[in-house]
Amino acid sequence: MSLVNYATREITCKIVYYGPGRSGKTSNLHYIYGQVPDDRKGKMVSLATQTDRTLFFDFLPLDLGTISGFTTKFQLYTVPGQVYYQTTRKLVLQGADGVVFVADSQARQLDENIESFQDLHANLSEQGIDPRAMPLVVQYNKQDLPKELILPVADLSDAINFRNVPEFSADALHGPGVFETLRGISEIVLRRLSAASPTPAAAGSR
Amino acid sequence: MQVEARSRFDNYVVGSANRLAVAAARAVAESPGGVYNPLFVYGGPGLGKTHLIGAIGNEAVARAPGLSVEYLPLEDFIEQIHAAVAVGEMERFKLRYGRVDMLLLDDMQFLTGRRETQSELMRLLNALQSSGRQIVMTSDRPPSEIADVDERLLSRLGGGLIVDIGVPDFETKVAILRGKAEEKEVSFSPGVIEELARLDFTSVRELHGAMNRLVAQQSLDGMLTPAQVRMVLGVATESEASTPEPEPEAMLAAAPADEFFSFITNIATTVAAQIEPWKVRVGETVAYWAGEGYRTAVLERLMAEPVAPPNYEAVLRGYGHAVEQLRQLEAKVTTVDPSLGGDELFRDPERIQEAAAFVERALTGAVPPQGPQSAFERRAFQESVSNQMAVRAADAVIAEPGQRYNPLFIAGPSGTGKTHLLNAIGNELAARGKGTSRVACVGAQLFIDELIAALQEGQIERFRARYRAADALLIDDVQFVAGKERTQEELFHVFNHFHSAGKQLVLVSDVPPKAIEGLEDRLRSRFEGGLVAELEAPDRALREKLFTRYLADLGEVDPELVQYLAERPVSSVRELIGVVHRLQAAGESKGETLTLAIARQELEPAGPAVQAAPATVRQAADVFFLDDEKIVWEWPDVAGRLVEDLR
Repeated sequence: MSLVNYATREITCKIVYYGPGRSGKTSNLHYIYGQVPDDRKGKMVSLATQTDRTLFFDFLPLDLGTISGFTTKFQLYTVPGQVYYQTTRKLVLQGADGVVFVADSQARQLDENIESFQDLHANLSEQGIDPRAMPLVVQYNKQDLPKELILPVADLSDAINFRNVPEFSADALHGPGVFETLRGISEIVLRRLSAASPTPAAAGSR
Repeated sequence: MQVEARSRFDNYVVGSANRLAVAAARAVAESPGGVYNPLFVYGGPGLGKTHLIGAIGNEAVARAPGLSVEYLPLEDFIEQIHAAVAVGEMERFKLRYGRVDMLLLDDMQFLTGRRETQSELMRLLNALQSSGRQIVMTSDRPPSEIADVDERLLSRLGGGLIVDIGVPDFETKVAILRGKAEEKEVSFSPGVIEELARLDFTSVRELHGAMNRLVAQQSLDGMLTPAQVRMVLGVATESEASTPEPEPEAMLAAAPADEFFSFITNIATTVAAQIEPWKVRVGETVAYWAGEGYRTAVLERLMAEPVAPPNYEAVLRGYGHAVEQLRQLEAKVTTVDPSLGGDELFRDPERIQEAAAFVERALTGAVPPQGPQSAFERRAFQESVSNQMAVRAADAVIAEPGQRYNPLFIAGPSGTGKTHLLNAIGNELAARGKGTSRVACVGAQLFIDELIAALQEGQIERFRARYRAADALLIDDVQFVAGKERTQEELFHVFNHFHSAGKQLVLVSDVPPKAIEGLEDRLRSRFEGGLVAELEAPDRALREKLFTRYLADLGEVDPELVQYLAERPVSSVRELIGVVHRLQAAGESKGETLTLAIARQELEPAGPAVQAAPATVRQAADVFFLDDEKIVWEWPDVAGRLVEDLR
């Protein structure tokens, strides 16, 4: 999985936003899309249903221009969270360079989060990818909701982030935490460029 | 030129109108050549472009002392180009700027219409960029709006990042004014600075000017009140329209764009840290050679290595050498057969052995054109009045092939040493090239035969290539091409090839070009384009030299005998050699050394009456003109003249 093509001088990075249904994956992408200056805006492809649920996946190409002489492009994908879109999820995960797990901070969604996180690991393993080797960050979304509805980050971290990967709290609808998350995953992914060295995620795992 | 030390980031007020530019400038100063190369900053006059690029330069030097930073306004750059051109030191100019680590060019808008400067600049930018040096430019307008600029240069100017500096907003203006007031150690009544900042200014310079005005006014009238500001500056009190209200909005609008931007900056820093220089170099090499059509598998394998292989530079160099060898091999094989060039073999450095073997086979299969015969030596060729011109010309050709007389056309009756001279030239040329120069020395008849054979076999390309590969072409008996159209056409092309490539041509014929019947005019004029030198029948001095030399081979020489023989005219050297052989045979049959007596006996048969007219004349001359100076047979057309005189 070569991210950096030294011959064509390109860096292409595929990042997948994963998580249970309605956790705010598409909101993340929408917010990012909203911040991209007009002259750099690609087209966000969203295959959503009438009810704003992602049916297939969203795709947001980000052209970051030339960095250190390399044409740098990020591709952000979301997977449909609903359980029955298993096949689409597997498809989207193919060739991913990094995964952002978007967890729903609402207390009543805890089980869905855990289930989805396990689903992520299962899907990766199925594709022959060692989940521990896949760059991963966790985002606890909807932290802006009233305190009584959500779990504190510490509890969520205990429940979900057993691999101790970088974690971010966010309010994807309004922006806080969105770019921090993207930056977090990007750096892990890009650090992996030094191919042979193990990823920080893998190194940090138990 | 040095960057002004006052231009620093810490005294540069950042506002929404220039935040992007400053962030980019900082990124550039932190890793020159790493991000946004070139960085192009534009904005109206007096908005701080020069300050900003100055700050980049100062910051970069502060971070990496020893970094060579060059700041100059484009006008100065142009002037330097002109000066360099005037004294013929363009190379030094290029060298100087090619070494700069960071080039800061101010006022790029002056590029308009300066074609020469543009092309120089483009070359420089290419050189700097490809070696990872940072370029920062400013202009009062974006590159696309600089009129009359070469498209290619335009795309390079905008190839990195283009950022603009806008007119400062209210808050920024306040900050700038406060900073300036502090710097100048002046104070204003509360509200004065704010009132001033509320006014419309298109540039920071104007703002400074306005403040200076207030300072001056204050020194006369004492502290000004905010209400007096507009009056002092002569600005009409305006409606409520320009209140600071829009400002917070602008701030909000700018902030989000910043979020994405800072993300990019962040990524850029990470990428810059992760990119492995050795892989970049290998990658560049791969991209370059792949673009040239060469197989780069060996380099790609190298790139798959997790860490820099210790020998990677050697591998890169080796690859370059291999490609160079392949090119030479290819060039070599095309001299034999152009159709063999472009073979896949010559594109894969890993198959260089195969390619070499292939070329070897092709070369052995092809015989180069005939070379000069080594028996004919230049030093064996005697110079005298009768052949002086031709011999001197030949020496000139040997000394400077292709330079002096090209072509050299030697004409002379048979047996006067044309072939000897031609081959001697060939041998000298070949020796001069120390074995590397190939000299083709063929008789015209051979040339014709080979051409016909080539035509028969459909190998005309190969025929041409064989001849064209030679470094000099010497053709004997060129008069034989007369009347042969196809040969003349080929010869015409070959001739042109040699002539235009500055390779020596020597042609030999029994008559000068103008006397060759059936020679096409285009060839005739070309043959006459160099020097036509004639060889004449040997004169007395030459005969003497030649007899001395040839007789020396037979044993001791009687000077009288040589004198006697030298008096006898011969039409050619060949005839002279015939005389020597005859005398040798006569001497041997008698079992004695050759003497004057034997020679006389042999050459002057008893019955003078049966001799042809010239012989009679000769005898008469022996009687009547004993004086050397009056030797009649030195006169041209002796017999005819005598007959004339007797009448």
